[in-house]
Amino acid sequence: MSGARDDAPPKVSPFYDARVRAVVFQVLLCALIGYLAYSAITNAAENLARARIASGFGFWDSTAGFDISQTLIPYTTQSTYGRAFWVGLLNTLLVAALGIVVATLLGFSIGILQLSKNALVSRIASGYVEAVRNIPLLLQLLFWYNAVLKALPNLRESIAIPGGALLNNRGLFLPKPIFGAGLDAILVGLALGVVGAIAIRFWARRRQALTGRQFPVFWTSALLIVSLPLLLAAIVGFPVTFDYPEMGRFNIRGGVEILPEFAALLFGLSTYTAAFIAEAVRAGIQSVPHGQTEAAYSLGLRPGPTLRLVVVPQAMRVIVPPLTNQYLNLTKNSSLAVAIGYPDLVQIFTGTVLNQTGQAVEVVAITMAVYLTISLVTSGLMNLYNRRISLVER
Amino acid sequence: MSAQGDFYVRTNPLEALPPPAHRRGLWGWVRENLLSSPLNIGLTFAGLALLWWMLPPLLNFLIFDATWSGTDRAACLATAERPHVGACWPFIHERINFFVYGFYPIDQRWRVDVFFVLLAIGIFWPLTPRAPFRRLGALYAFTVLPIASAILLLGFAPLGLPPVATSLWGGILVTVVVASVGIVFSLPLGVILALGRRSRMPMVKLFSVIFIEFVRGVPLITVLFMASVMLPLFVPEAWAPDKLLRALIGVALFAAAYMAEVVRAGLQSIPRGQYEGAQALGLSYWRMMGLVILPQALRVTIPNIVNSNIALFKDTTLVFIVGIFDFLRTIEVARIDPKWATPVTSATDYAFAAIFYFVLCWMMSRYARNMEKRLAAGQRRR
Repeated sequence: MSGARDDAPPKVSPFYDARVRAVVFQVLLCALIGYLAYSAITNAAENLARARIASGFGFWDSTAGFDISQTLIPYTTQSTYGRAFWVGLLNTLLVAALGIVVATLLGFSIGILQLSKNALVSRIASGYVEAVRNIPLLLQLLFWYNAVLKALPNLRESIAIPGGALLNNRGLFLPKPIFGAGLDAILVGLALGVVGAIAIRFWARRRQALTGRQFPVFWTSALLIVSLPLLLAAIVGFPVTFDYPEMGRFNIRGGVEILPEFAALLFGLSTYTAAFIAEAVRAGIQSVPHGQTEAAYSLGLRPGPTLRLVVVPQAMRVIVPPLTNQYLNLTKNSSLAVAIGYPDLVQIFTGTVLNQTGQAVEVVAITMAVYLTISLVTSGLMNLYNRRISLVER
Repeated sequence: MSAQGDFYVRTNPLEALPPPAHRRGLWGWVRENLLSSPLNIGLTFAGLALLWWMLPPLLNFLIFDATWSGTDRAACLATAERPHVGACWPFIHERINFFVYGFYPIDQRWRVDVFFVLLAIGIFWPLTPRAPFRRLGALYAFTVLPIASAILLLGFAPLGLPPVATSLWGGILVTVVVASVGIVFSLPLGVILALGRRSRMPMVKLFSVIFIEFVRGVPLITVLFMASVMLPLFVPEAWAPDKLLRALIGVALFAAAYMAEVVRAGLQSIPRGQYEGAQALGLSYWRMMGLVILPQALRVTIPNIVNSNIALFKDTTLVFIVGIFDFLRTIEVARIDPKWATPVTSATDYAFAAIFYFVLCWMMSRYARNMEKRLAAGQRRR
């Protein structure tokens, strides 16, 4: 009988009851945030009505009336704001994707060089990381754009780069490849090469599992993927011609134009992010205990397979999370394009469109939603990859 | 024939031989570290070539070919007898007051100097490991300093300090104000958000997670745009904050979200037993946090807090894009001044800014690294 009474929760006054307090506190918090949201909305409605600014997304389909210097999809001044949005988004994605590729290559190389036994090289690599990480990205972008690319010679005195390219303060002009008939043959060759490489990989795995004999998969695949398209291209007679940029009186005709804004942004973003990636790579490789390498050597593995099969898989577990963060940072930092005038999403949308329509709430909300989506999708994908490579414990 | 006398048994060990000549001294070090294999030799030569290609032009520009005195652009132009012109330092010298104070009234600039001194005390006192009364220093940095700085910089008529509009502030003053406001507000806000994220109350957790993930998912630039164009819409017209204050709110909220994640990592590193021990002693939630958990968690996160402050300091340059007159903006304005228009002005200007940011960030990162070593001293194996 007494046991039943001991099991009953002790009586406390509601004022000291943790559950009651939690409920009251949360209700108050919700009320406060609700009130703030409500007053923000009513104030915004009032202020907008007073300033005679339209609200809603009606502007999406009206004519934009401004020009954009780099468009990946057809766009004219007669196009709509919605079209301008897609142009900006594609430009952002272009610079982010290229930046991620370049920064990864550069960052991994510098990170590995930092660990080199060569004292000179490792110190140069560390010096690069220190210098680049401690200077604001915006300053670096302004420097590359204003002090380097804008200081190049003008159109008349363009620098001719061997291979038919021209460089001046209006950008880099590259020869444009034009593919003639017979391109299909090359693509078929490429597809055959890839299929062959995959087939060889499967076969070599099976054979190694059955007999233990190894096969140089990497070099065979590389040979197949490179040589098959080349061979077929030689048979159909290299159906590629180049449209070389030509100096005109006031501008350059032909070729592919790479804007100085784009070049400065890509260069600045990738060199900056590479320094952070290098640090992540260095930390990751150093986190693999030396005993792992020694154990692999004592099992008879050579340095190459040791690195590939023992060190890198373990290092990647440590490298991937900060690497994801750096990819996201690079994408978000591409919004600094607005400072040097590269037409990315922020420059077009929160710059020009916001000024023309005055619809701050809608425009900023759309821009933020886009970056939020990119962030969530990227970190979701990287989490999937991370789960695949992470250590499986009991 | 006793056999014993014929044996020769050495009783003293031989004197150890010195290492072979090719492994000793400077040459030994060079052989070992720079020339140990063909690949290594190649790397060394590549490194030397890179240095040879980069260092002499850099030193020539900054020092040997640089102009050190002059009154206008004529001093920094290339002439027949001086074909290579380096940095134009007299330009920086003439504009240094503009870089530091912006348009702050000249007769009131002593107030900015006093602010810098107060700020330096607020930074070094709580952060120097052996300083006396460090807690008092922290209290000073988070309470006295902000109020005193606001009175000093904005002006306070009863004390005889005429008001100075924030639109006149500029240069390093604004950069420092933005960074320190960001730091002073982001730490308490970040602690609250981190505690909220680990709270057992679902609504508190939900709001904290939404705020943190939302702010961390968007670029600072969009947060600043939101603060500068949307914030005035959300409050009654009479309350509309001034331009600098809007940017400050944006930076503080942005920094708080990142700080929350740093603090959360620190909270997670505290073992469960500490929480349970505090609860067993009958401490309430706030006492448990304030007396037991946070002092330990914040101590181990000091290096990360400093690193996140370095990032914040670099990010303050972005306020330039929403039209605040910070240091980088003064750099951009001075760069296109016709009085000093030469081919080297832009590069000189950017070099000066880069040195400024580099020195400050580098000092902060050294501090973080030293703190890390100090904190790890207990775990180091002897």
